[in-house]
Amino acid sequence: MDVVNQMQRQFVDYSTSLHREGILDDQFTQLQKLQDENSPDFVVEVASLFFEDCEKLINNMARALEQQGVDFKQVDASVHQLKGSSSSIGAVQVKNVCIAFRSFCEAQNREGCLRCLQQVTHEYSLLKNKLQTLFRLEQQILAAGGSIPVIE
Amino acid sequence: MASNGGVTWRRTEEVHVLAVDDSLVDRKVIERLLRISSCKVTAVDSGLRALQFLGLDEEKSSNGLNVSLSSSSSFSRISVSLPSDSHLRLLFQDLKVDLIITDYCMPEMTGYELLKKVKESSAFREIPVVIMSSENVLARIDRCLEEGAEDFIVKPVKLSDVKRIKDYMTGEGEKERSSKGINKRKQRDSFDDLSSSPPSILSSPSPISSSSSSSPSPPSVQSASAPSSPSPLDSPTRRVKMASSK
Repeated sequence: MDVVNQMQRQFVDYSTSLHREGILDDQFTQLQKLQDENSPDFVVEVASLFFEDCEKLINNMARALEQQGVDFKQVDASVHQLKGSSSSIGAVQVKNVCIAFRSFCEAQNREGCLRCLQQVTHEYSLLKNKLQTLFRLEQQILAAGGSIPVIE
Repeated sequence: MASNGGVTWRRTEEVHVLAVDDSLVDRKVIERLLRISSCKVTAVDSGLRALQFLGLDEEKSSNGLNVSLSSSSSFSRISVSLPSDSHLRLLFQDLKVDLIITDYCMPEMTGYELLKKVKESSAFREIPVVIMSSENVLARIDRCLEEGAEDFIVKPVKLSDVKRIKDYMTGEGEKERSSKGINKRKQRDSFDDLSSSPPSILSSPSPISSSSSSSPSPPSVQSASAPSSPSPLDSPTRRVKMASSK
C-alpha cells in the first residue's frame, strides 16, 4: 500500500505541476471529473482525439503556409479549429499560441504565422509528452490496485 | 406535464438531445456531459446531418429509407434520411428530439442557419435550440437569441452549462432562471420582452443576479445564461401556449 500511496502522491504532484506551469487549465480538471466507472477511459480517449486533431491541423497549416500565395483564410480556419479543441481539453498553452496565431493570419503576416506554427508544434509535443506521462502514472496506480486521486 | 399543440414535455422519460458539432473533440465532450446528465444523445457532425436526422432535409433519394448506424466505444452515430411520409417518421418516435445543441461555427451550414431552419419548420420549431460558440460576440449572441435560440453557451462547455439547459426541458428552469444569469429572449411573434436581461457588463465568469433593465442588450459575459427575471413569458410552456394562441 505504501507503493500505491507513493504513486498517488506522484500523480497528484505531477498533475498539480502541469496546472502550475500553465500547460493545463481547469477545463482539464472538469474532464477528469467526467470520468467514472461507466466511462473509465474518457480522458485518455478525448486526449487521443485531440492529438489526432492537432496533427491533422498542424499539417494543414504547414501545407497552406508553404504555398506561393498563402491562403490566410485557410490557415486561420485551421487555427480556429485548433483553438477550439485545445480550449475544450484545457490545453491552455496551445490555445494561447493559437490566439496569437490568428492575429498573424488576420495581418497576413507569413513570418509571424510560421513562428506561431513552430511554437504550436512545440507546445503540442510538450503537452503530448506530459499527458502520456500522466496517463502512465494513472495506469501504474490502477495496476497496483489503487484508485486515481481526485484533484481539486 | 404540460401538453399543448402536440408538444409534450416529458419529465419521466429520458431527454433526447441532438448535438451538432464539426469538432470530434467537442462532440466527444458534449456527448459525455449530456450522458452524465442522464440524457440520450445523438451526436452529428454537421447541420445537414442534423436536418437529415430530423427529416427536414430537402434531398429525397428515393421512397426508401436509408439508415446507417455506426457505433464505437465512445458514441453511436445514426445517419438517417427520411422521405417526407409521416408514417415512416412514426417508426422513429423513440428518436424524438427534445433539445438541439449546436456549435455556431461550422463549415457549410452554421449553427445559426440550422437554428433558422428548425424554427422555420412547423414540426420542429418548438424544440429548444442552444447555440455554443468559442467566441463571445455580442452581435452573434443577439442574432441567435432573436432567431429563437433558447440559450447561448460560450465554450468550453461545462457540466454546469449542461445542467442549466436540461432545466429548460423539464420546466425546473423557471426557478433557475430567476436566480442567476442573463438571457435575452425575444418571442417569435416579436413580443418585446423588456423585463429580462440586465444591461450590466461583467468581466468575471460568475452569473449575475437579476436586476431591472433599461436596455435590452445582453452583456458580454463568460457565459450568457438564463434570463434575469422570472417573467412568465420565459417559460417554455408559456411560449408554446403563446405560439398556439395565434
